[in-house]
Amino acid sequence: MNAPYGSHWADRSFPEAAKELLADSQVRRNVRHATDVIQAKRNRVVGELPDWEALREAGSAIRAHALEHLDEYLVEFERNCTRAGGTVHWARNAAEANRIILELIQLHEAKEVIKIKTMTSEEIGLNRNLEANGIRPHETDLAELIVQLGHDKPSHFVVPALHKNRQQVREIFQREMHLPELGDKPEDLCAAARTYLREKYLRIKVAVSGANFLVAENGAVCIVESEGNGRMCLTLPDVLISLVGIEKVIPRFRDLEVFLQTLPRSATGERMNPYNSIWTGVHETDGPKEFHVVLLDNGRSPILSDAESRQTLKCIRCAACLNVCPVYHQTGGHAYESVYPGPIGAILTPQLHSMDRGRTLPYASSLCGACYEVCPVKINIPEVLIHLRGKVVEQDQRTLGGKLGVWNIGMQAAGFVMGSAGRFTLAQHMGHLAQKLFVSKSGFIERLPFMLSGWTQTRDLKALPAQSFRDWWAHRELNGSTKNGAAREDRDGQ
Amino acid sequence: MRISLFITCYNDTLFPETGKAVVCVLERLGHTVEFRKEQTCCGQMHWNTGYLKEAVPIIRHFVDVYRDAELVVAPSSSCVSMMRDHYLKAAEMVGDAKLAADVEALLPRVYEFTELLVKKLGVEDVGATFPHKVTLHTSCHSQRSLHLGDIPVRLLNKVRALELLPIENPQECCGFGGTFSIKNADVSSAMLAEKVRTVLNTRAEVCTAVDNSCLMHIYGSLHRQRTLVRTAHIAEILASTGGMQ
Repeated sequence: MNAPYGSHWADRSFPEAAKELLADSQVRRNVRHATDVIQAKRNRVVGELPDWEALREAGSAIRAHALEHLDEYLVEFERNCTRAGGTVHWARNAAEANRIILELIQLHEAKEVIKIKTMTSEEIGLNRNLEANGIRPHETDLAELIVQLGHDKPSHFVVPALHKNRQQVREIFQREMHLPELGDKPEDLCAAARTYLREKYLRIKVAVSGANFLVAENGAVCIVESEGNGRMCLTLPDVLISLVGIEKVIPRFRDLEVFLQTLPRSATGERMNPYNSIWTGVHETDGPKEFHVVLLDNGRSPILSDAESRQTLKCIRCAACLNVCPVYHQTGGHAYESVYPGPIGAILTPQLHSMDRGRTLPYASSLCGACYEVCPVKINIPEVLIHLRGKVVEQDQRTLGGKLGVWNIGMQAAGFVMGSAGRFTLAQHMGHLAQKLFVSKSGFIERLPFMLSGWTQTRDLKALPAQSFRDWWAHRELNGSTKNGAAREDRDGQ
Repeated sequence: MRISLFITCYNDTLFPETGKAVVCVLERLGHTVEFRKEQTCCGQMHWNTGYLKEAVPIIRHFVDVYRDAELVVAPSSSCVSMMRDHYLKAAEMVGDAKLAADVEALLPRVYEFTELLVKKLGVEDVGATFPHKVTLHTSCHSQRSLHLGDIPVRLLNKVRALELLPIENPQECCGFGGTFSIKNADVSSAMLAEKVRTVLNTRAEVCTAVDNSCLMHIYGSLHRQRTLVRTAHIAEILASTGGMQ
């Protein structure tokens, strides 16, 4: 059993959590606005690349290959990182990763650390664990700082404070930075954050980061970012600890050629990130004196063993699937109750928990396919969603409650009916009789019982017509009607 | 050509007019339409809801019914995408090599209705007249699975007296998603509200699509809100020689 990660997340079902968020029109407006802006930028810069599809194909192939040989590439990374002066630690789960990082910080007697945005640290609940041990973590990514100061949770893994607008950010800064006069112009907010953070960069000696990529062939680590806060954290402190999921490794340095094109375009709609940091080990005259990589499994290995859903781990965390998702547009990220929201979160979260938690997430999609279309590494998210739905159903069918549940009984009955045309026709006729209980005077069904009431809460349903198509066809054949005229006449007669 | 109509379970039961319209158009173009009475369903509802093994007998039944058909047409892009995207996978899941071979032999002869007209029969003008303002809802499966592109638009552009009005965010899902509309009724309704807003903004009298499933969903809200906007499957517009009845 993996240690639970980020257990500060409540564990409500998606429909339950979504219902609450849908009522927050401010969040919905903020989310829709922000995702529309990013998505428009993304479409523009993706559109300029004539070889976009080839880049997606290449990215997909490189990631798939890396996952197939993950054992070899991780060991190769460890060897090369160590040779360059880094130290590699292996963490099976969140508890081990937390312990390793805590011990490293305590070894240096640090009471504070600066952090670059890392969703992996959110995954293991690092901040809470550090605080519980008397160490104060400072987020330096602007959005993560907003989330931290607002005592909030990230709702997006590229733009964690996407659900907040400028006025809300100002309120948080006014309160937490004691700046009652602060304005809400972007320059005002940036200047406040800069002043607040700069002092910390110069004073604090230990930094914690994540990573976008690990390069096996030379032990390099790569982080891309927009604000420069990352560059500060990577260069100023004496000790750098990078917490990285084991799936992040790529074989060769030149593979970055693909991802440094597709990631920024997909993530923020930029041709290139303003800051691209790639470093290898430690150097006497430059940067941290001590460098640690903590490789985190935390539920990833079991995903690798499932050939159907292994592709989930190809993800490079661009979040394009969130920005394009019509479900995410409505609810924002918090409805997913996970560090990883949106379509990729809907497949990643339950798998990281061996399908014990987040079991409603695979159903949090209309399977519209927009996520697959934008994914820069071609993860067929709808296909994996269906695969995971299959696992949920199988799990349910192993319990008596699940077997006797309304969905299972309904589906078994429907399957029996669809098995023969005779049964199907009979069901149509029975349906026509049964609906008399529900059809209103206007010929519409406006209220349905049980689980079907979800439909009629906002939607009417046209009553079943008196004659099904197959009955019409049988009637037509009986009358020996021929071709065009008959079909036309019959239609007009309706 | 002899074209076998797979009406699909929900069109058979809820939207017989669509089936009649398909028959009308194809016969008008000089083809023979047959209807195999043994047909039932494509298995999509089971498959997409996670009842994977329960979908397999339904898939097998479909393949058995149409094994020797010359051409099969279905007025539903989502059912055809179920076949193209998942049938082979289903056969492999249960390790049925014969079913897999049957699927591979049959599927190249299965077409969505507008795809059949334009890609297989090479027809864009089907001789229809429909004097109404119409907007097209681009269903998800038609664009992202079948890649129909502008096929429905090309057909509608050839309909006499029809005025086709553009819709905002045509690529966005209406929120139906089969059992999603019930399991996640609140989110589905929120998505639908947005879609209906864009439909109403077009000022169209009729919203059309190649899928009645989306239209059933969209009309459910249009009717609940007592608007006068109607929905009609594209086959019904293409069958029309005068206007709405």
